Amino acid sequence: MTEVHFSRAFEIRGGDITNAGRVSTEIKDLLKGMGCNASFIRRVAIASYEAEMNVVMYARRATLVLHVTPEVVELDLTDEGPGIPDIDLAMQEGYSTATSEMREMGFGAGMGLPNIRRNSDQFVIDSVVDRGTHLTIRVHMA
Amino acid sequence: MGEPVEFERTIVRVSPASLTLAEVRDLLEAEVCWAQDLTAQVSAVGAADLMSDVLAFGRPGMLLLTGLNAPQAVRTAALTDLPAVVFVRGKQPGPEVLAMAQQAGLPLLSTPLTMFEASGRLYGALFAAGRTDA
Repeated sequence: MTEVHFSRAFEIRGGDITNAGRVSTEIKDLLKGMGCNASFIRRVAIASYEAEMNVVMYARRATLVLHVTPEVVELDLTDEGPGIPDIDLAMQEGYSTATSEMREMGFGAGMGLPNIRRNSDQFVIDSVVDRGTHLTIRVHMA
Repeated sequence: MGEPVEFERTIVRVSPASLTLAEVRDLLEAEVCWAQDLTAQVSAVGAADLMSDVLAFGRPGMLLLTGLNAPQAVRTAALTDLPAVVFVRGKQPGPEVLAMAQQAGLPLLSTPLTMFEASGRLYGALFAAGRTDA
């Protein structure tokens, strides 16, 4: 990334259903305060919320770092968790390892990672089983 | 392993007409659980319990009709700029859900109707042939 104008780190706790979405709401409010346009903010918010829900549902904890430049917003998310054994499979719409408890929250239908990809201009995912998953999500302003 | 199905072309019908939330309330015989006012405009409706679907096909101006009485319904609607959430079958939001909606400035309604009946009435109002007003 080029010149970073703004960065902030957020902590997300696995299993913390009550606060699920709070970080994404904060990010949305920050971008709104910076005067970003509404459809751009929606794309970032959707990608961020799906990523946040994944941490809440599957991981123990994660750090999400937000970088904002005049051209791009980057979300860099590193979690400690079970990891994803087969990323290609996880990227398929409809593939899920969710429990019924997760489905009762309206998530866990195998749409999360595809939704993140759909709303990002660049999406990088790597994962180590029993260690965790790392996502880099970039959304361009233009 | 096939390519994942892309939903970019998912069609959400957007009406050239629109309804205010006050009209939605009347059509659905709904109770207003919380709202600052009922002036927001509704030009489409999404009926879903799966919030990932709403995140995939939602658009501004789309009312969310749902049976999911959980904080995630409010988070999803607020994060994607939806005008309001209507809970079907008389579901009442709990204090946690209400507080979250108030903080987000998101109106919440509750209708005694089923998802099917509520969808039908809204579809008729938004897409009834010949409707040119609003």
